[in-house]
Amino acid sequence: MSTLKGKRILIAKPGLDGHDIGAKIIALALRDAGAEVIYTGLRKTPGFIARVAVDEDVDAVGLSLLSGSHKELVAETMQELRSLDASDIPVFVGGTIPAEDRAALTEAGVIGIFTAEMRLDDVVAEVARVLVPVRAA
Amino acid sequence: MTTAAKSAALDDLDIPPPAPRTPSGIDVPVLATPEMLREPNPGQPAQFPFTRGIFPDGFRGRLWTIRQYSGFGTAEDSNSRYRFLLDQGQTGLSVALDLPTQCGYDPNDAMARAEVGKVGVSLSNLSEMEILFNGIDLSKISTSFTINGTAAIIYAMYCACADKQGVPRAKLTGTIQNDILKEYVARGTWIFPVRPSMRLIADTILFSNDVTPRFNPISIAGAHVRDAGSTAVEEMAYTLANGLAYVDELLRRGGDATKFAKRLSFFFYVHMDFFEEVAKFRAARRVWAKILRERYGVTDDKALHFRFGVVCGGSSLTASQPYNNIVRVGVETMAAVLGGAQSIFTCAYDEAFQIPTEFSAEIALRTQQIIAYESGISKTVDPLGGSFYVEHLTDRMEEEILKVMGEIDAYGGVVKAIEDGWLQMRLAERATERRRKIDSLDTIIVGQNAFRRENQTDDFGEVFRLDPTGAARVLEKFDAIRARRNNAAVAKSLDELAAAAAKDNENLMPYLIDCCHAYATVGEIVSRLKKGWGEFQEPVRL
Repeated sequence: MSTLKGKRILIAKPGLDGHDIGAKIIALALRDAGAEVIYTGLRKTPGFIARVAVDEDVDAVGLSLLSGSHKELVAETMQELRSLDASDIPVFVGGTIPAEDRAALTEAGVIGIFTAEMRLDDVVAEVARVLVPVRAA
Repeated sequence: MTTAAKSAALDDLDIPPPAPRTPSGIDVPVLATPEMLREPNPGQPAQFPFTRGIFPDGFRGRLWTIRQYSGFGTAEDSNSRYRFLLDQGQTGLSVALDLPTQCGYDPNDAMARAEVGKVGVSLSNLSEMEILFNGIDLSKISTSFTINGTAAIIYAMYCACADKQGVPRAKLTGTIQNDILKEYVARGTWIFPVRPSMRLIADTILFSNDVTPRFNPISIAGAHVRDAGSTAVEEMAYTLANGLAYVDELLRRGGDATKFAKRLSFFFYVHMDFFEEVAKFRAARRVWAKILRERYGVTDDKALHFRFGVVCGGSSLTASQPYNNIVRVGVETMAAVLGGAQSIFTCAYDEAFQIPTEFSAEIALRTQQIIAYESGISKTVDPLGGSFYVEHLTDRMEEEILKVMGEIDAYGGVVKAIEDGWLQMRLAERATERRRKIDSLDTIIVGQNAFRRENQTDDFGEVFRLDPTGAARVLEKFDAIRARRNNAAVAKSLDELAAAAAKDNENLMPYLIDCCHAYATVGEIVSRLKKGWGEFQEPVRL
């Protein structure tokens, strides 16, 4: 499977949340699908994440949050991306996101929201749908 | 559900029966026979190697401790929840702390602001703990703190809180998790590099031996690696290896193994493969006792006891059809009891996605009480002992656990494996494998990847809402205490702490207690220690 070949994706952990296994699983799945994945490690500020996204010229950012602080930290990261003139980089969010918070994240500009029970192939397909334009037959 | 809907869901899926292997990959025999047993006689409870338990009468003399995890928002909110749970017959408190407290940031720190009071209570200084235990006599309850990176500070605060209540420190009972090694591997609330962190842990254990002899200064936890995706075998192997690393550190500090080994306790998850879960506890009791005796020369029975608490639920629970989780937790609780757990925490059915409501928390508590008082399984010691299958599986688990421990040794030991990121990478690969098995229906999760209802909405009823003003109240109190306290005394206590931290063999606990009495904050203490010790540099390796 190489649907994401040539794509650079940043997987990031904003805030103090230490649950990184979901982020790592997604990173490995995206890599298996051909993407070049950069993982930030734990406890990064929104400002740091946005800076890395720009410096590394990534095609997408995935934010992983399981601490309940998704609304604040996602909004801050989007703001930091805007301030670096990089609001065109698509942002995905994964983790423990209650259903009622999803609309707010989408409104803030998040492209896709992934939860723990999604199939990995579906996550990869969703990312590919956004990053890899389908060519006309 | 109507009959028509039910059969439609079942017909849609052609699900074969489960494969004849445990989730750790151990082959399950069609029929277990006596010839399969390595040790035909499982021995007696309370006798080496303790396969059948550490007490001669099992749970007849004393049931396990029912210990529910709670604590959220402000100290005031948590205090009222604790009083509710104690009134309902709970026998021990368990304190969840927010991430800023766990990672060593004060609530006004830029790193902390979004997370104050979110996953637990904010305990930035002694005044908050005084509120938390207001009206609760610390000599009458046992308190378990899920705290690691700042465990020594929270333990110091608990001692200071007892001093304030006039309770002798020697009467304190409870546990701090205080297991930093697994934080580097799976839970992520590390602060300092590995070596000074190990020193702090040795300080707490050695101090506790002398000052709070009824308090467990460490709970070596496999729970988090398991919940992240390891197998039951790896959960036990990583945890026992970490335990031995602490033993080595304590010996290096001149500790007496017979004395400190009695203070080591363990903490695990119970997931769904019933017999493998029972067998893993029986096997681990055996492995721990044998290694302490054979490798470290410990002979005192009590020092060889492998004591542990468990959580039932965690990532074995699903957001899909969440009420099914009540059944899962019931099965897991029975496995915990039959495995001989000393304390049990049962997750609420909504725990995997949110802070439990009072309704869901009560069902979790009642689940334990039903098993304790109605099911009858606690009436005789180790009722599964002598079952050909259980004894065979116990033997096999022991072999597999020792094999994985051998792999870690071959790599160069747990500390090196963690500093290099090798163990973290192994875990990430295993977690991905577990995920792929669920995706491919190799592992069936009812209601999630199989047996779903058509148009299933995964609704879990009442949602608990944090008081959105809680964080603001925490900040107000934080400013108030800093204005009220004696800042000269704070500075003096921090200076003395820093001087002691620079010496390798000075026990830091008395200095930390002085800091707490002066109302120094967790953030102040941590940043002072960081100046001398630095911070852990996470090896990011995929």
